[in-house]
Amino acid sequence: MAQVQLEGSGLTCVRGGREVFSGLNFAVGGGEALLVTGRNGAGKSSLLRMVAGLVRIAAGRMGLTGGDPERTIPEQAHYLGHQDALKPSLTVAENLEFWSRYLGGAGGAMPALAAVGLDSLAELPAAYLSAGQRRRLSVARLVAVRRPIWLLDEPTAALDRQAQERLSLLMREHLASGGLIVAATHGPVGLDNARELRLGAAA
Amino acid sequence: MSALAALFVREVRLAVRVGGGGGIGALFFLIVVVLTPFAIGPDLALLARIGPAILWLGALLASLLTLDRLLTADLEDGSLDLILMSDTPLELAVAAKAFAHWITTGLPLVVITPLLGLLLNLDAGASAAVALTLFAGTPALTFIGAIGAALSVTLRRGGLLLAVLVLPLTVPVLIFGVAASNAAIVGPVPFGTPFTILCALTLASLVVGTFAAAAALRQGME
Repeated sequence: MAQVQLEGSGLTCVRGGREVFSGLNFAVGGGEALLVTGRNGAGKSSLLRMVAGLVRIAAGRMGLTGGDPERTIPEQAHYLGHQDALKPSLTVAENLEFWSRYLGGAGGAMPALAAVGLDSLAELPAAYLSAGQRRRLSVARLVAVRRPIWLLDEPTAALDRQAQERLSLLMREHLASGGLIVAATHGPVGLDNARELRLGAAA
Repeated sequence: MSALAALFVREVRLAVRVGGGGGIGALFFLIVVVLTPFAIGPDLALLARIGPAILWLGALLASLLTLDRLLTADLEDGSLDLILMSDTPLELAVAAKAFAHWITTGLPLVVITPLLGLLLNLDAGASAAVALTLFAGTPALTFIGAIGAALSVTLRRGGLLLAVLVLPLTVPVLIFGVAASNAAIVGPVPFGTPFTILCALTLASLVVGTFAAAAALRQGME
C-alpha cells in the first residue's frame, strides 16, 4: 500500500454561526499518529467530523495523497465517534457483521471480535453490554474492515486498563501497517511517537 | 450490492425483534377498523359503502405511526454518520431502509386487510380489491413518509411534525386508492383508470421520495 498523507491547510470550522477554529494546518503521514488536544469546545470533535465529511469545511482545503484515488477521504476513513453505532436488539456478532459488510469488508466477524476480547459474547444481544464493552465492539469494526485513516474521538473513554492496552496495541499495529491515526483525546493513549496538535492555544 | 443487502437484512431484523415496532402498525390498523363499526352503528349497507375508505384511512395512519423511527434511531446511535460516510450512495441506503420498512409495516397491513374486510361487511371480491390497491399504494406512503422522516430527523419529538409534513402529500394516494377500490366494488368507472394512476403515484414516489429524503438528510446533518 502506498504511503498515505492527510493534509489540511487553512481549515476553518463554523458551528452554529460561531467560529470554532480558523486557519488550522496539519499533516499526518502513514505510520504517524496525531493527537488533537485542547480544552472543551476547542473543536477537537469538529475537526474529526470535518475529516470524516460530516461537518462542512467553511474555508481551507483538505487532501489525501497516496490513497485510493477513486474514493473520497470519508470512504477511506473509520470514524469512531461518541456514539457506538450499535443496535441493542442485534447480537454482538450481528452488529459487527453488518458494519463489516456495509463498509465493504470481507465479512468474518470472529477474528475482529477476538482482537477486542469479545468473542465469548458473540451471541449476546448488544443491549446487555457495558459501556466499555460497547466501545470495544465499536473498535472491532476498525479491525474488521481495513482502512488507512482512523479518526478516533476519545477512544479510551469507558475502557478499563486492559482494554486500553489492547486498543493501543491495535493502534500500533495499524500504524505499523502504514495507516494513520487522528485522535481527539484528553489523556495519553499509549502511543510513543505521537505528535500533538493543540487547538485553541494560539488564539 | 452486498452492502445494501446487509442494510436491508439488518432493518428487517430490527423491525421484527423486541422493541422494533414491526407489529405496531398492524395492531393500530386493527384497532381503527374494529372500532369503526361500533362508532357507525349496525348499518351494514353504510359500512360496506364506506369500508374501503375506512381501510385506506386506517392504513394511511398506521403506516405513518412508525415512520418517525425510520432515520431517527440511526441518528441517535451514530449509525447515520457511518452511513453518510460510506461509499454506498445515500439514495440507495435510504431506498433500502424504506423498502425494509414497507416490508415490515406496509405489507402486514395488506395481508390482514381481507380479514378486516369482514368486520366492515365487505365481500371477498371487495376485500381483495382493497388489498390490491393497498399493495400498490402503501409503498408510496412509505417513500413519501421517508421525506418527512429525513426532514425531521434532527428534531426531538419530530413525529408530529412528520405527520403534518407528510399527510398533505399523501392526499392524492388516498384519493386514487379509495377511488380504485370503489371502482372495483360499485363502478361505474373502470377499475383500471384510478388504479393505473395509483401505480404511477407509487412509482413516482419511489424516485422522488428517495432522492428528496437523501438530499434532506445531507442538509440536515450539517
